[in-house]
Amino acid sequence: MTSLVLADHEGGTLNPATLATVTAAAALGGPVHVLVAGGGDATAAADAAAKVAGVEKVLLASDAAYAHQLAENVAPLVAGLMDGYDAFLASATTTGKNIAPRVAALMDVMQVSDIIGVEGPKTFTRPIYAGNAIATVESSDAKLVITVRGTAFDKAAAEGGSAAVENVSGAGDAGLSSFVGLEAVKSDRPELTSAGTIVSGGRALKDGPTFEQVITPLADKLGAAIGASRAAVDAGYVPNDYQVGQTGKIVAPELYIAVGISGAIQHLAGMKDSKVIVAINKDPDAPIFQVADLGLVADLFQAVPELTEKL
Amino acid sequence: MKILVPVKRVIDYNLKPRIKADGSGVDLANIKMSMNPFDEIALEEAVRIKEAGKAEEVVAVSIGPAKAGSDTLKSARAIGADRAIHVETDEEVEPLAVAKILKAIVDEEQPQLVIMGKQAIDDDNNQTGQMLAALLGRPQGTFASKVEIDGDHVAVTREVDGGLETVRLALPAVVTTDLRLNEPRFPALPNIIKAAKKPMSTKSPADYGVDTAPRLKTLKVAEPPVRQAGEIVPDVDTLVAKLKAMGAV
Ligand SMILES: Cc1cc2nc3c(=O)[nH]c(=O)nc-3n(C[C@H](O)[C@H](O)[C@H](O)COP(=O)(O)OP(=O)(O)OC[C@H]3O[C@@H](n4cnc5c(N)ncnc54)[C@H](O)[C@@H]3O)c2cc1C
Ligand SMILES: Nc1ncnc2c1ncn2[C@@H]1O[C@H](COP(=O)(O)O)[C@@H](O)[C@H]1O
Repeated sequence: MTSLVLADHEGGTLNPATLATVTAAAALGGPVHVLVAGGGDATAAADAAAKVAGVEKVLLASDAAYAHQLAENVAPLVAGLMDGYDAFLASATTTGKNIAPRVAALMDVMQVSDIIGVEGPKTFTRPIYAGNAIATVESSDAKLVITVRGTAFDKAAAEGGSAAVENVSGAGDAGLSSFVGLEAVKSDRPELTSAGTIVSGGRALKDGPTFEQVITPLADKLGAAIGASRAAVDAGYVPNDYQVGQTGKIVAPELYIAVGISGAIQHLAGMKDSKVIVAINKDPDAPIFQVADLGLVADLFQAVPELTEKL
Repeated sequence: MKILVPVKRVIDYNLKPRIKADGSGVDLANIKMSMNPFDEIALEEAVRIKEAGKAEEVVAVSIGPAKAGSDTLKSARAIGADRAIHVETDEEVEPLAVAKILKAIVDEEQPQLVIMGKQAIDDDNNQTGQMLAALLGRPQGTFASKVEIDGDHVAVTREVDGGLETVRLALPAVVTTDLRLNEPRFPALPNIIKAAKKPMSTKSPADYGVDTAPRLKTLKVAEPPVRQAGEIVPDVDTLVAKLKAMGAV
């Protein structure tokens, strides 16, 4: 059982989700190889992947066609390499979720999405119905295609390995799609899915400037990442990539502070594995209090500045 | 141009599912079912493209039990689909098999665009659109928050972890929707009445030569670990003291 993990990387750095995916791959029991597909910056990412503990070999596919992880180009590359592997794993990031099912269909395999546990060589647990149920599923396909929920597995150590890097190539540009641009949200804050502390705001924050004025100082004080409910994103208070939930980002920080968020099942699906949950809401019946370790029934416009000051 | 919109009948998004006592699955008997919310967004987008004069026909497809035809595809026609195809089956059909059936329908219907949900809120798989695009050998614009048709190409803005990415795809293409693409309309009463008169054909997976035998076997469905509600603190000072005592700050 040899596994191939697709590296999620950007600017020569590995996404920490890839380290969790390496751990999930190792749990399948065999050697773990990592594929780094990318443009000019792929070499640095391949060197980083070679240092990850437990990685036996790194395959480097460096080609302008792979620079933006276009699924139309990367999926055939992966499928072409799968003769030598029993399992393909990608992180359940937007990149992994875009590419892996395309690989699965090319291989005629039914993907196992967003696994949270490895129960046996072909048996996995995965959340369904917004995490309201956990299914244990067994694959009958000859090979496996899997996406891995990063928060559910420990991260493999980023240092300690010394894998060889081998160059591979694929067909390159399929000529179906092209990258136009990325409107990236620049921030010095920790990234949501790997942050130790998260302060999230909901619809109650009124508008963009108010959100910023109330949430940012608390996040600054705690060195926290900022998240949001869907309602806050839809209303334009914050960008889309702040959304935590069933259909946004899945997070599991040490501390999650939910401010003016009601706690709809779709939001809980994204944060209820946090270690300590704090909720600040003026409605004592808000469902968020059912999962909160510490709840404060208060007007957030008073409570949050006071909390920021007293921490 | 013709647009194909696959829509799935799922548990209503407001409801919390009940797990069967024997752990074999989720109990859907007498539960309110609706169109998957992402598919409503897909249908809305298709209808808007048609209303903007860029498409002539919107065809909705659903694979599922009798009610997927009588209810879900009726709503689809009320929202604005011109015609519906119901692939009737009582079996649960996995994304790979759904994608194969959809491929056969695309081969027959030759739509320029397939717009579908990024994720069904029951299985949370997020894979059918990508699989369909692979089987067709066509490009995919997943997690779309903006779709702009430009001659024989479509520009799709995608909600990605790092922000908003725009890709340009050669038509025909497959697009999957994210939440911010649009706000679906509520169908007007006359349209609901007219919906039943719009044509619907009924097929079976066998008509498309697709084997729907599952590849994944569900061994067990269980409750997730429950989180106990903690305590309500009286004021900010107590909150700060407790957080410090827990070592959380
Ligand atoms: C297909 C689908 C997918 C979805 N995916 C997601 C997802 O990934 N993530 C997500 O978050 N949601 C998601 N949702 C939306 C979800 O159902 C809820 O609508 C959303 O989470 C509500 O956001 P909210 O809690 O900010 O707003 P509301 O539900 O409006 O809650 C606002 C809260 O603020 C409190 N409040 C108001 N004023 C104050 C004040 N001054 N001080 C203190 N408290 C105050 C209120 O008591 C209330 O509890 C999804 C929905 C669908 C249909
Ligand atoms: N049985 C089905 N009938 C019609 N469309 C479906 C069906 N299953 C999945 N789809 C489509 O595929 C999308 C993604 O589903 P999934 O990959 O299961 O999360 C849905 O939003 C639908 O548009």
